[in-house]
Amino acid sequence: MLSQADRRELDDILKKYPDKRSAVLSALYIAQREKNYLTDDDIRDVAQALDMTVTEVHAIVGFYTLLRKEPTGKYLIQVCTDLPCALRGADDFYRRLCRRQGLPPEGGTTEDGLFTVEEVVCVAACDKAPVAQINLEYHEHLTDEKIDAIIAELREKSTEGVTAG
Amino acid sequence: MSLLQEHVLLRHRDIPNIRDIHVYTAHGGYDALRKALNEMQPGEVTDVVKASGLRGRGGAGFPAGVKWSFIPKDVKPVYIVVNADESEPGTFKDRELIEGNPHQVLEGIALCAYAVGAEAAYIYGRGEFRGPFRGLQQAIDQAYEQGFLGENILGTDFSLDVYTHLGAGAYICGEETALLSSLEGKLGQPRNRPPFPAQVGLYGKPTVVNNVETLTNVPPIVRHGAEWYRQFGTEKSTGTKIFCLSGHVVRPGNYELPLGTPLRYLIEECGGGVPGGRKVKAILPAGASAPILPGDKLDLPLDYESVQAAGSMLGSASFIVMDETVDMVWAASKMVHFFKHESCGKCSPCREGTYWMEDVYHRLRDGHARPDDVDLLLSIADQMDGNCFCLLGEFSLSPVRSSIRHFREEYEMRVKRMGIGD
Repeated sequence: MLSQADRRELDDILKKYPDKRSAVLSALYIAQREKNYLTDDDIRDVAQALDMTVTEVHAIVGFYTLLRKEPTGKYLIQVCTDLPCALRGADDFYRRLCRRQGLPPEGGTTEDGLFTVEEVVCVAACDKAPVAQINLEYHEHLTDEKIDAIIAELREKSTEGVTAG
Repeated sequence: MSLLQEHVLLRHRDIPNIRDIHVYTAHGGYDALRKALNEMQPGEVTDVVKASGLRGRGGAGFPAGVKWSFIPKDVKPVYIVVNADESEPGTFKDRELIEGNPHQVLEGIALCAYAVGAEAAYIYGRGEFRGPFRGLQQAIDQAYEQGFLGENILGTDFSLDVYTHLGAGAYICGEETALLSSLEGKLGQPRNRPPFPAQVGLYGKPTVVNNVETLTNVPPIVRHGAEWYRQFGTEKSTGTKIFCLSGHVVRPGNYELPLGTPLRYLIEECGGGVPGGRKVKAILPAGASAPILPGDKLDLPLDYESVQAAGSMLGSASFIVMDETVDMVWAASKMVHFFKHESCGKCSPCREGTYWMEDVYHRLRDGHARPDDVDLLLSIADQMDGNCFCLLGEFSLSPVRSSIRHFREEYEMRVKRMGIGD
């Protein structure tokens, strides 16, 4: 669902374009960013806000890989295993990460629902492999130790949040 | 480590913090824009870019000034769309320009807009560039504050608004007409050409679509002149180019070199050679999209004409180096997977063909290859060739055909060793 604050943010974005529907990717990103995936309600809200049909917005969501309809962990870890990264060990790095997180080789979401790990194609960081994006932020020159430390920190942050809340 | 005394594009390597507008202006930044607005007619800006020989750096290599000259003078509004959808495997140069030297990108956009009479520009970045685009937006804000963007730039009647726009994960949006569709809020699928974007582009209006690196070349060209620019490079491939070097080299990274520099210099001097003293087995000069060059081509001059004469393409100059340990069937399968994943689904030769090719590669990988599978791959490629709606489908044939051409014995080994998987 788009909150009031989300709608105000969207209103600012709409000023950039002569046609509302140009803001569809931004609107979907806003709707998705808290939980990392889109519900039917989100898609309906975006369609209404931009004078599009729900079907049109569903088609957009299906087309772009960063828009997701499946429940996803709070932190989405996308490891590049495309050719340039794979030549620098990214395939093995990814498999080891999945194993340490108790996930199958094709990735998935950890039992606590905090982390979704998946492999992606080129993210324009080939000279800094192995590389991952965590909720679309770059983490480069990774090692097993570095990614484990990042995951541990995020896990601790999330647990604190739950306790405090 | 460079043949240049100083960088033309990667100036942040020479001048720390040039991403800040005050540092940029202290080093000649926005002087070209001032010169153009005060001393040059719009057509003269196009003329100097034409005379410089600058060619599009996104991959196609089309002369930039000629592209600008296709914009009609009597249709308004005109748009500039900057292609920062950098998604070709092995390509990471536009990101460095945006992060390191954003004002030179913006100044190039402003010069282009002045030349063609545009009042709005959109910078389309891939969705993964959310972080880099935060810094870019700061640079845009600074440029507005200092009067280099916005209303009545530098006290003239030239006005320009620059907006950022992020995609959401689709390689096809690097194709200029697909990018325009995506920016209009539609599926990012390619359109028929003609009409070309110069006539019917964004929102149906005349539009220049240029790559980030292309536009970053424009301020130094306008500031120093076409002759100055032509001192770099060759007669037909003028200027400097950012070469993205990745894979099996000691020092992967971006290297700005004059076009025509030998491949050996890029790999050995810039990249520090192959780790462990191993030999170069194969090179991809333009990411996944151009045919593989065998490792004996190290003396090849890196300009558009020479790389084409050697049977490949310079494209975006994304050099992926593979040493003698690389299994070429595996490497080709990685690229086929990429194209299958990124096929937009609009035309059946690409949508189905990339799917079939990946299916065959899975059989090769899993030890279930059939005796005629290598010929089957070539047959699929022949059926797709010339029949795909856009270049994505055509590009997907390059790794398949070129790896079979140069390394067929590795495929035959897989076929003979049926039943032996990885």
